[in-house]
Amino acid sequence: MSTRELTCIGCPLGCSLSVTLENGEVTAVTGNTCPRGDAYARKEVTNPTRIVTSTVRVKDGVSPMVNVKTASDIPKDKIFDCAAALRDVIVTAPVTIGDVVLADVAGTGVDIVAAKNIAAC
Amino acid sequence: MMYDVAIIGAGVIGSAIARELSRYQVNACVIEREEDVCCGTSKANSAIIHAGFDATPGTLKAKLNVRGNELMEQLSKDLDIPFKRNGSLVVCTKDQDRNGLNALLEKGEKNGVPGLRILEREELIALEPNLSDDVTCALLAPTGGIVCPFHMTMAFAENAYTNGVAFFLNTNVTSINKTDDKFVIKTTHTDTKQPETIEAKVVINAAGVYSDTFNNMVSSHKLHITARKGEYCLLDKDAGAHVSHTIFQLPSKMGKGVLVSPTVHGNLLVGPTAVDVEDKEAVNTTQEGLDSLAGTASLSVKNVPMRQVITSFAGLRAHEDGGDFVIGEAEDVKGFINAAGIESPGLSSAPAIGEMVAEMVRDMLFLQEKADFVPTRKGILHPETLTLEERNQLIKEQPAYGNIICRCEMITEGEILDAIHRPLGARSLDGVKRRTRAGMGRCQAGFCSPRTMEILEREVPMSIYDITKNGVDGAIVIGRNKEI
Amino acid sequence: MKHYDLVIVGGGPAGLAAAVSARDNGIESILIIERDKELGGILNQCIHNGFGLHTFKEELTGPEYAARIVAQVLERGIEYKLNTMVMDISADKKITAMNREDGMFEVEATAVILAMGCRERSRGALNIPGYRPAGIFSAGTAQRLVNMEGYMPGREVVILGSGDIGLIMARRMTLEGAKVKVVAELMPYSGGLKRNIVQCLDDFNIPLKLSHTVIDIEGKNRVEAVTIAEVGPDRKPIPGTEERYTCDTLLLSCGLIPENELSKSAGVSLNPVTSGPVVNDSLETNIDGIFACGNVLHVHDLVDYVSQEASTAGKNAAAYIKNGSSKDAKIVEILPVDGVRYTVPKYVRPTEMDDTLTVRFRVGAVYKNCSIATYFDDELINRRKRPVMAPGEMEQVILDKKKLGEYPDLSKITIKIEENA
Repeated sequence: MSTRELTCIGCPLGCSLSVTLENGEVTAVTGNTCPRGDAYARKEVTNPTRIVTSTVRVKDGVSPMVNVKTASDIPKDKIFDCAAALRDVIVTAPVTIGDVVLADVAGTGVDIVAAKNIAAC
Repeated sequence: MMYDVAIIGAGVIGSAIARELSRYQVNACVIEREEDVCCGTSKANSAIIHAGFDATPGTLKAKLNVRGNELMEQLSKDLDIPFKRNGSLVVCTKDQDRNGLNALLEKGEKNGVPGLRILEREELIALEPNLSDDVTCALLAPTGGIVCPFHMTMAFAENAYTNGVAFFLNTNVTSINKTDDKFVIKTTHTDTKQPETIEAKVVINAAGVYSDTFNNMVSSHKLHITARKGEYCLLDKDAGAHVSHTIFQLPSKMGKGVLVSPTVHGNLLVGPTAVDVEDKEAVNTTQEGLDSLAGTASLSVKNVPMRQVITSFAGLRAHEDGGDFVIGEAEDVKGFINAAGIESPGLSSAPAIGEMVAEMVRDMLFLQEKADFVPTRKGILHPETLTLEERNQLIKEQPAYGNIICRCEMITEGEILDAIHRPLGARSLDGVKRRTRAGMGRCQAGFCSPRTMEILEREVPMSIYDITKNGVDGAIVIGRNKEI
Repeated sequence: MKHYDLVIVGGGPAGLAAAVSARDNGIESILIIERDKELGGILNQCIHNGFGLHTFKEELTGPEYAARIVAQVLERGIEYKLNTMVMDISADKKITAMNREDGMFEVEATAVILAMGCRERSRGALNIPGYRPAGIFSAGTAQRLVNMEGYMPGREVVILGSGDIGLIMARRMTLEGAKVKVVAELMPYSGGLKRNIVQCLDDFNIPLKLSHTVIDIEGKNRVEAVTIAEVGPDRKPIPGTEERYTCDTLLLSCGLIPENELSKSAGVSLNPVTSGPVVNDSLETNIDGIFACGNVLHVHDLVDYVSQEASTAGKNAAAYIKNGSSKDAKIVEILPVDGVRYTVPKYVRPTEMDDTLTVRFRVGAVYKNCSIATYFDDELINRRKRPVMAPGEMEQVILDKKKLGEYPDLSKITIKIEENA
């Protein structure tokens, strides 16, 4: 049996959570004030995920960069692969919020989508 | 490259000498290590034109201070230098001997300082309500003034440039050798390391804290300069009216004290400390230094709102062991003229030092006056000095004057373009800041620096990676993101 | 001189939400003046997610949140001017502004909403000793350079201050390939949200050193190293605890200051605690018809609260434009004591206020197992348990008009932090 201490990132409250694990299985979560804390804790110790936000270059746009995000959360250990995959991406303006900038980033099955409208110049 | 005169150092002294020299038919140049003029002691000091009561009668300091102060009146008009005679007060507190003030008064009168007078508390408080409760009396010097040291130096340098003086910036003097009839000055470019030789019949050493180094390269009459660090705090314009005169403290056993003064741009300045340092590059501020300022200032002025500090800085004063300015030809090296040991009141004396050294060179090289000397120089236009109609006319002709870049000081793109394109124009963020005040306000360039960089990139033009804060190796950004 | 019913100074989240709300409350003649080249304000450079959970019930990035409010403004055809700097606001609500096309011009307004936002505390204001080389950035300036201009300010980074922008930039710089060596925080607690410490620091093994500050900056042209030291309870460095970090960049995330220079020129009185205007329940300042909302009023933790507050300001400005001032009404002061640093608003008019009034504030330290207590004069009206409160997060109390109506002789409202029994 082991325990892990976590801080919930579900909302600004930031509850201190304690997760008890037995043979890799979560047996108990304490310290949370809401069900979201319980869910976060279980996921965080088994398959932690994050939304990743970044920027990619824009050609012919009114702005040289457009900010992008993963369309949903990706495994935490893929964050750097995701960042690396964005290095060489260049999109051409106009760009609209929701445009897929890069499909299936780093083999996660999750797309990178634009998060800002950039007009062509 | 052969010149009649080479001046080492583009601080206020080198620039003032260059400007005065440019009245004559002479082939002169200024050699400066930094990327811009006004990068050493001239940029970090009290920004004061002293009245001249402090120096011992008969010294160069006394003579040149009073003369420099006199000259400022006309110079500020000719060269468009922000200057104001706000008057200064040396205050005496109840624990101090007021005879100290009498001694200053006497010295001042001997030095020829006009209008000196001792005021009693009642009259003082009417003049300066924020003086400390312990202040009993003070010496008033109505000719004391405040100046923008950046604009003063740049005005001299730009005017010299306009009148034909060459400027070598980013140029480090590595050796000086005297041959029969000339000096051979070896230099390297601070960035490219490219060596260059400059030859001159006369060398003027105006190298600030390094003036001993250059003197000692050629003369056996050695100089020894100590760098004396002075730390300052600059307060927000909201605090600028806390005092209207420059408030000095009567020197005591505890030291010379610090001044509290409005600046010519409307901020409040508190400082300096005085600590001798080994390292002549040590323009860093220190915790002890900054901490001490508030306490020392409170001896003369109460409730100085130190919460409104917007920046702090340190400058190094070039103190020569003899205690006086060292100005004149080195006894054993004909044609090598020192303007060394220029500590306080150096800024105040600069116009007179320029005049004095230029006259020496004139007599040495039998120079004739130039018929086409341009005695005036226009500073950067400040649109807020215009009427609404004039301003709108200007914006119509040059829309850049309608575009505010620095939000704190309300500096327009037009002013920044002027700073870049004028003689000896700005090439760095600090260069733009010293010329226009963009970035000098309460947010300290947080908002405007990315915009100023864009303008420099486009207008110079230069690579964004070559844009520095203050010269070589000081790049602001190091690459495109995703590339490092 | 051109006249508008309402002029809004600032086209960030506060100004835009106020404009939308004023229009929806019947005001046709509105002008938004924005100094930047696009609407949306600082949100445009806040590319991280976490915005809009309250307002839009989903997690958005800053630019997405901005785009939604901008769309509301455009749908309503509200007039705005970009690249336009307001130079002065007078007490009689004449606004002097300037841009390249119109030059310097004046407009007259029946009501004005101040929505200028805030700026970051600079190195100078922090009085950090050392050299003054390139490589010292406020976190927000670095954020603009990286996210909008696409330039990296450095490779090896030390961050002073654990405000949210500093934490966010620690992660952002790391993802772009920089090495963030440490985040130092003067206070014994972080100024940012806990979840940002987890997502932005812990995820990347970036150490957070509480009760530490920068005591020296080395490097003549570019930062070469910074030294941090632990501070004692007096916040002074403890000798012997110095640690030197070689780096080329120091980011500062040490607090935000509402930008009220224009407010001052109009004669608006400021609260020294918030550095923002003193306002009543309608978010009106001491100057008739001048309202304030968003970070110019007090620095918020979440943009959602800015939007809510700005909608209130817009609605109240609309009422003022239609009905004129009701400043003669009875005023009750809200007193912040025992850990409550300030309240916004500071004054309530029980007869004029909406049915409910959200009073926002921040606490002065970390409080655990405490409650927020509200007193009408000396009578306890409400006591709400809060397991954790921290200065980085805003708190609120809701006042009820009906309840206030039961106390016609009320002289003061007190809000305080009390320990749970």
